[in-house]
Amino acid sequence: MNAQSVPSVFDGTANTIAVVVLLLEFLMLRSALLRAQVRLYAVQSLVVSILAVVVASGRDVPELYALAALSFALKAVIVPWLILRLMRDASTEIAGSGALGVASEIMVAIVVAAYAFFTVSLLDIHSDVLPATALSLSVAVVLVAFVLIIMRRDVVSQAVGFFSLENGVSMVSLVVAAGMPLILEVAFLFDLLVAVVVFGVLMRVHHGRTHSLSTADLTRLRG
Amino acid sequence: MHASTGILLLVLAVLPALCALACLVLPHRAAVATTVVVGLVCLAAAVGLVPAVLDGVVSIGFLRVDALSVVFLLPTGFLYAATSVFAVGYLGDEAAHAAQADVAEQRLFHRYSRLFFVGINAFAWSMFCAPMADGLALLWIAIEVTTVVSALLVALDNTEGATEAAWKYVLIASCGLGIGLLATIVMYYAGAQTMGQSYDLAFEPLVRHAEQLPATPVRLAFVLAVVGFGTKVGLVPMHTWLPDAHAEAPTPVSALLSGSLLAVSFYAILRYYEVARITVGDAFPQRVLLVFGVASLLLAGLSLLHQGDLKRLLAYSSIEHMGIVAIGVSFGAPLALLGVLLHVLAHAAAKGNAFMCAGVIVRSYQTKQLGSIRGVLERLPWTGPVFLASVLALCAMPPFGLFRSEFAIVAGGIGAARTAPAAILVVLVTLAFLGLLGALVRPVLTTRPAGQEADVPATGDGARLGGWMVLPPLVGMVVLLVLGLHPPAELSQLLRGAAGQLSGTVS
Repeated sequence: MNAQSVPSVFDGTANTIAVVVLLLEFLMLRSALLRAQVRLYAVQSLVVSILAVVVASGRDVPELYALAALSFALKAVIVPWLILRLMRDASTEIAGSGALGVASEIMVAIVVAAYAFFTVSLLDIHSDVLPATALSLSVAVVLVAFVLIIMRRDVVSQAVGFFSLENGVSMVSLVVAAGMPLILEVAFLFDLLVAVVVFGVLMRVHHGRTHSLSTADLTRLRG
Repeated sequence: MHASTGILLLVLAVLPALCALACLVLPHRAAVATTVVVGLVCLAAAVGLVPAVLDGVVSIGFLRVDALSVVFLLPTGFLYAATSVFAVGYLGDEAAHAAQADVAEQRLFHRYSRLFFVGINAFAWSMFCAPMADGLALLWIAIEVTTVVSALLVALDNTEGATEAAWKYVLIASCGLGIGLLATIVMYYAGAQTMGQSYDLAFEPLVRHAEQLPATPVRLAFVLAVVGFGTKVGLVPMHTWLPDAHAEAPTPVSALLSGSLLAVSFYAILRYYEVARITVGDAFPQRVLLVFGVASLLLAGLSLLHQGDLKRLLAYSSIEHMGIVAIGVSFGAPLALLGVLLHVLAHAAAKGNAFMCAGVIVRSYQTKQLGSIRGVLERLPWTGPVFLASVLALCAMPPFGLFRSEFAIVAGGIGAARTAPAAILVVLVTLAFLGLLGALVRPVLTTRPAGQEADVPATGDGARLGGWMVLPPLVGMVVLLVLGLHPPAELSQLLRGAAGQLSGTVS
């Protein structure tokens, strides 16, 4: 009975980490400077990798160590480095712009996150690996990432939004599919790397053409 | 299984990738020749798989094809071959042009040509891999690869429009596939409840255990899959990238995007459908598909009514046809499913044709605006009639394949007592018919006022390499006629087998 009502240390740690990831997502939404946003993404990836290590040690799934190492190397080091390098070449603007003011964006994100939190808990999906709260939090991260992508009007924020969406999805997979074969997880990560390269190429093309990172002018095609 | 059929799988999975690598170093002419040869070989391999899967599943390692997969390999096989032949002419003009120009322009053209052939081979490779992947996880990976490769191809022309379209495409499609990945993970969770924590989402065990899977996660996974992969299918309201990307991409890429990529993405939804209908019953997945199908058909039909851009017109027609396909699956009757699968094949041929002809028209008139195009029939004696016939085929006129398939879908719907949706389908298809034909009658049939002759350069299908751009649509017409009048017995058997897989009746 006790195990039911009082969360174990493991559950508490996992939930705390999940909350930190969600808070970092909110910080990304808040930060006006694109460089800061990319750094926050790197920190978020680091925290997700830490969650993988926690699960690996707490639930004895040794493959997750490898996954954690790989996702740290890729998402916390290589991807942010690539984006920052790209931005150094395109140093015209370093501040992004939102469709709404920061405060309104945060309000929308809070509503969306609360929606995710409560609906997912209604779905009655239980995992042996992590507490169900972590699942709700990861889905909240995914939805807030969508808010970030939709509200921001520059290519860097939109790309970072997509990458952090992927962080949310990785957290979901840690909660409900921790046993997924390593080969698949690695394939997912390399797919992400390819996507990052393509995002980078298109960002460069976009910058080369408009000399700005803003997507506000991308309104030619309609109807 | 014979060893020879396994080799066909390997050919499809390896040859286009090798060709893409080879095109990195080959000069223009050699790249063209290699791509054409590889395209034809892959078409032969895809067709060769048809009789092979009639006896059962063919598999090697991670690759596995059954009747359903082969149905979705055929559009890619056909369009890959067709567009690679088309590209001989499409890039040939520019090659001739560049040969006379200065060194800088030549270098620019060679860069373009290299990127084009590397990209188109890699794109075809990823679209072959998706239906051959054994398992939902591998399927997701293959479809994500199709996104990134095709996004680069969309950006290839490096115009303002192409840049905008490519960015929208890569962002929207990637977010969609993010949701698709969630679907994969939720399905993994559902499967883990009966198959243990570690397994690889292969189709056969998943379908075998589908009855015991927990209902809620499977429902969730199905809806996420429809939204996620539906983004790439172009189902409304996730379709917003589609008209932009189809209109701004180079023509051979538009043909592949529309005829083949949309079909491959729909294949992913069908794989989820196959599992979901066993777990939660027919009603739920069919209702979801019906809603998205009707929304797509309605929006596409209305958009077709006031469209002024030739390639966007065809792109909206693709949304319309994907809507028809989704509604067809929602009927669930074996006859309707048979129609759906035939529709995928016939749509690939007709839309490939229409885009290739549209490419020639755009080249010839130097504009995509329908208002500025007049007298196509007169000016392009080969492309004009084929274009008109392809558009009629897209409007589901007999005797073409799309008439047969839409007839089967509607008949199946009425047979399954879905009279109201079937009636809606007929009304909306008529709306789309009016839009498509109404927009094209004036450009194609009317003659140009005299005096406008001189100001437009005559680079029609009478151009030096025009034959290469006329041949693939002509072959496509033959395919459409064959599908409409008398599909080969083996193909019918294949379609019946695949429809049986989807409706749960073993035929």
